[in-house]
Amino acid sequence: MGHILIENLNKEFIERRQHKRDKEGRPESDRTVTVLEDLDLEFEAGEMVCILGPSGCGKSTLLRIIAGFEQPSSGRVLQDGRQLSKPSPDNIFVYQHNGLLPWMTVWQNIELGIRRLEDPVEQEETIQEYIDMVELEGFEHHYPHQLSGGMQRRAELARALVVNPEMLIMDEPFSGLDFLTHMKMREEVVNMHLYLGKTILLVTHNIDDALIMGDRVVILSGRPAQVKLNRKLDFPHPRDPKTAPKLQELREEIFFMLGVSYAV
Amino acid sequence: MESSKPAFIYTAAAFLGALALWELTARFSGWSAQIFPGPGAVLASLIELTGNGTLIRHSIASLYRVTAGFYLAMFLGIPLGMCLGRCKPLRLMINPVIHFLRPISPLAWIPLSMLWFGIGDLPAIFLIFLSSFFPLLVATTIAVRSINPVYFQVANNFNFSRLESFTKIMVPATIPAIVTALRLSITIAWLVVVAAEMIAVQSGLGYLILDSRNALRMDYVMVGMVVIGVIGLLLDYIMRQLMNIESAAWGTLGHK
Repeated sequence: MGHILIENLNKEFIERRQHKRDKEGRPESDRTVTVLEDLDLEFEAGEMVCILGPSGCGKSTLLRIIAGFEQPSSGRVLQDGRQLSKPSPDNIFVYQHNGLLPWMTVWQNIELGIRRLEDPVEQEETIQEYIDMVELEGFEHHYPHQLSGGMQRRAELARALVVNPEMLIMDEPFSGLDFLTHMKMREEVVNMHLYLGKTILLVTHNIDDALIMGDRVVILSGRPAQVKLNRKLDFPHPRDPKTAPKLQELREEIFFMLGVSYAV
Repeated sequence: MESSKPAFIYTAAAFLGALALWELTARFSGWSAQIFPGPGAVLASLIELTGNGTLIRHSIASLYRVTAGFYLAMFLGIPLGMCLGRCKPLRLMINPVIHFLRPISPLAWIPLSMLWFGIGDLPAIFLIFLSSFFPLLVATTIAVRSINPVYFQVANNFNFSRLESFTKIMVPATIPAIVTALRLSITIAWLVVVAAEMIAVQSGLGYLILDSRNALRMDYVMVGMVVIGVIGLLLDYIMRQLMNIESAAWGTLGHK
């Protein structure tokens, strides 16, 4: 479950520039901006796909189209052969930050995912199970703003997983976390992936995130986004680019591809 | 320097100072006690008007009008504001009309409202309604429009029904802004009721003031003013209690 096929995907939008003036003081005309151009990609079911690319290249747009929040200009996304066009609990989006509803406690937020469950005992046990899984015992009745950044992300992860979705779509899930929390969250997501085997699409700016986590690394070019690299990574976990020469090689290749001449 | 004295001491001191100033002005300004009664005379009249029930009757009449007009404004303005916030075509249609009507003072409606609704409570209630309807409507529209779109994406992602989007996203997200708007508009409504009562009715605190002026009883006029101030304070106090709802909705209660 969770095989994804992206066919000939294009996304354009019209940038309004009427309020801007050119050198002669005339209003500029609107222009079409192409964000994604003829994108073809295929991800296997259960893969953790890490998508890298320069800022503003359309990575997030791609994720939002896959999630069904935005419609492509042309082309399509197929999940197990069915066309994806609207948001559904099968594919849960995990936000950069503030994805939790701030007026609900951790418990209430997680409950959203299984609110239609008819057996209240089962519902309660499931929520508690996921809260325990992301180690938020004792914080069930805290509001998001009372939690640290890392705890907020973990709560959101629990809310996403409790639905038992086919796929998780994560848009820079570690940005804004301090270094140690970042490392810890990364490890948790890898373990969660190894354990549950769900398809995960994850956009990141961090090359090491991609190399350590990904079953596949996709690099997109600057706008309009096209696939520059699509490579399967067959390395066992836990990984460390510093001790695996092949990973280190790939790391340098990726740095070069993204316009940095030597790996930092 | 931060003082450890309780806050009410400062409030009491300010009120006492104002009273003293009033007393001094009354005594030494050269105006007669008929034109500028001092606090003592006003207190005596206050006791007199409370004792014979006049004050209670007029206060209840004013409060009734404010409550009726304000509730009407709430029950029409807030839902309409929610619709305008969510529906762009409706907003494009109705917003210009609202922004045209909004700057017209409710008092400018007095002649028409008297013609339409006659003499009695209705024209006053209509004016109160007008005075709070537009602020509530505009504040709600803006509140709905400034909801973070992420929350609606979450709603879609988790398959919320329309009702769920309303009760779980729109209502809690807008409560803080709406409570603030309620606080501001009850004050405006209270300002307007007194003005409205000077024209169209035979009861209420505004009427008391106007009637006392005609009888040249400036002590009664001042009693009316004092009571208006006190009730205004009370209304604001009640509205401030609503802030607790806002805090509860966003979980900031423990953070004060």
